[in-house]
Amino acid sequence: MTNKTETKQTKFADALNCGLNWVDERFPLTSNVKAHLTEYYAPKNFNFWYFFGSLAMLVLVLQIVTGIFLTMHYKPDADLAFGSVEYIMRDVPWGWLIRYMHSTGASMFFVVVYLHMFRGIIYGSYRDPRELIWLFGVAIFLCLMGEAFFGYLLPWGQMSYWGAQVIVNLFSAIPFVGPDVSEWLRGDYLVSDATLNRFFAFHVIALPLVLLGLVVAHLIALHEVGSNNPDGVEIKKNKDKKTGIPLDGIPFHPYYTVKDLVGVAVFLIVFSAIIFFAPEMGGYFLEANNFVPANPMVTPAHIAPVWYFTPYYSILRAVPPIFNSQFPGVAAMGLSVMAFAFLPWLDKSPVKSIRYRGALYKKWLAAFVVSFLILGYLGTVPSNVWGQFGPWLGGADRATVVARIFMVIYFAFFALMPWYTKKDKTTPVPERVTG
Amino acid sequence: MSDNQSDKQQASSQSESSASVDQDKRKFLIATSAVGALGCAAAAVPFITSMTPSERAKAAGAPVEVDISKIAPGEMMTTEWRGKPVWIINRTDEMTAELAKHNGQLSDPSCDVVSQQPSYCKNPSRAIKPNLAVIVGICTHLGCSPSAKLQPKGDMGDNWTGGFFCPCHGSKFDLAGRVFKGSPAPINLVVPPYKYLTDNTLLIGVDTEEKA
Repeated sequence: MTNKTETKQTKFADALNCGLNWVDERFPLTSNVKAHLTEYYAPKNFNFWYFFGSLAMLVLVLQIVTGIFLTMHYKPDADLAFGSVEYIMRDVPWGWLIRYMHSTGASMFFVVVYLHMFRGIIYGSYRDPRELIWLFGVAIFLCLMGEAFFGYLLPWGQMSYWGAQVIVNLFSAIPFVGPDVSEWLRGDYLVSDATLNRFFAFHVIALPLVLLGLVVAHLIALHEVGSNNPDGVEIKKNKDKKTGIPLDGIPFHPYYTVKDLVGVAVFLIVFSAIIFFAPEMGGYFLEANNFVPANPMVTPAHIAPVWYFTPYYSILRAVPPIFNSQFPGVAAMGLSVMAFAFLPWLDKSPVKSIRYRGALYKKWLAAFVVSFLILGYLGTVPSNVWGQFGPWLGGADRATVVARIFMVIYFAFFALMPWYTKKDKTTPVPERVTG
Repeated sequence: MSDNQSDKQQASSQSESSASVDQDKRKFLIATSAVGALGCAAAAVPFITSMTPSERAKAAGAPVEVDISKIAPGEMMTTEWRGKPVWIINRTDEMTAELAKHNGQLSDPSCDVVSQQPSYCKNPSRAIKPNLAVIVGICTHLGCSPSAKLQPKGDMGDNWTGGFFCPCHGSKFDLAGRVFKGSPAPINLVVPPYKYLTDNTLLIGVDTEEKA
């Protein structure tokens, strides 16, 4: 009896092997699984912060899948768009779930990506030799912002409409060619059906293709140089002399696939809780004004972008026009996003990880995080929220003055980085990873 | 086997000195690439141009006729011209008189930016008849439509003399659409071309100097 089952099993295994060999002779399946999973050695000391890369991939897949199903019912037409979204919410079976997964997914994408970026900053993951991984990451971030912006016009609500109006007009601030550029983007003299139709095209096909390509590039670059870790130690410097495997490395599969699955489970609990209990998140994920159809005649009394754009939006609002031109504000906003791309070359510290940096760097980082959060908050509220200063400050809005102060700190974090990272008193980095 | 050999031969010929490079063939290839790049650029033109406003979008935008008899003094109405809101404000005498008093707080009190109003509205009230203002209600900052705060003071603070407040980025304008200093908006609101057909009817979009 036992003999028989054993022979059956061997036969089955032989057949499988035979099939695998057939594939491997035609497509590098086994070698790729080895290179990227079972024999990709990641540092053994990954912690909480290392969940967010895989979570970002999960959200990307969720957005693509829910997006495909939304496209089956949505109509990219100024007369029909608003109604078709309501139709999805009310009449399409489970349409509300798919739509809320997509709209919540957008916000969660930014939550996960911001935490992922923060991880890169605190552990110096952008430093040599990982500059290109970081630059691909910045490109992914820009692409994601584009996706979020184009997607937000599609429900054709008041906030969709006026948000698009403001962002497209940002381009008209570019000297000389600006007005033509924004007219070209809109395809009309104002945001209209032509604009909606093309934003739909960008949102569902153009940018997702670019995004997928960038994610692949991000991963190829990562797997070429190997992951950084909370100690900022290069594990490839200490290899087993016989096997050539990094002493502090463990195979990505099964160790980190299992770890990441725990992250996925926790994430999905949070994600579901939001979808089922607070899909609008009190107006932060879906704004109340967007449940009103777009009206080109009336701007809502208070317009603000969705929370993930508000730090940059605050900066846009805070910069006064110079020489009758609004370009400086627009440029400052663009720079506040692009500043991240320069980090690999601004950081002159001899150490990568925050664990071995001194108090000076930590203070600057804390100031940056606080500025980012305060600017983010101020971007969600009207500029007169805290009233005005007295005549001694020209009656300026208090919130605008506060935004200007934190904007200066925001940019100083980047601009002064070469100076304070050099001056910072670092502690010695160990040879091998710790714990 | 033969494939491998030819690969090796190619590799070795590439590593030889440039003297053995067929310069004619290389020039031909460079020229071919250049022509190909030009072809790609030419092929991009229709695609890029297809995104500019269509003939239908260009055709929309006829002038609009507006009955102004029902606007009470101190009140305003909004009409639509070329898809944009146009405000018609029936200023009271006090409102019109106030316009002259705060020139010091304005970026462009005497309307020197030519593009923002027709020449016949480059006057202290920015209007044909001093009390009736016609203004395109689109902020010159980033294109939102400012909210009317016609009455002085109120939620705009004690220094407010009446005008418009843009909810998007906090730009402030007076009752002639002139921008206050310190606003994100760089220049005054646009006064569209318009003319009186009768005492109570306006035609917005054309003026006496133009044909409809």
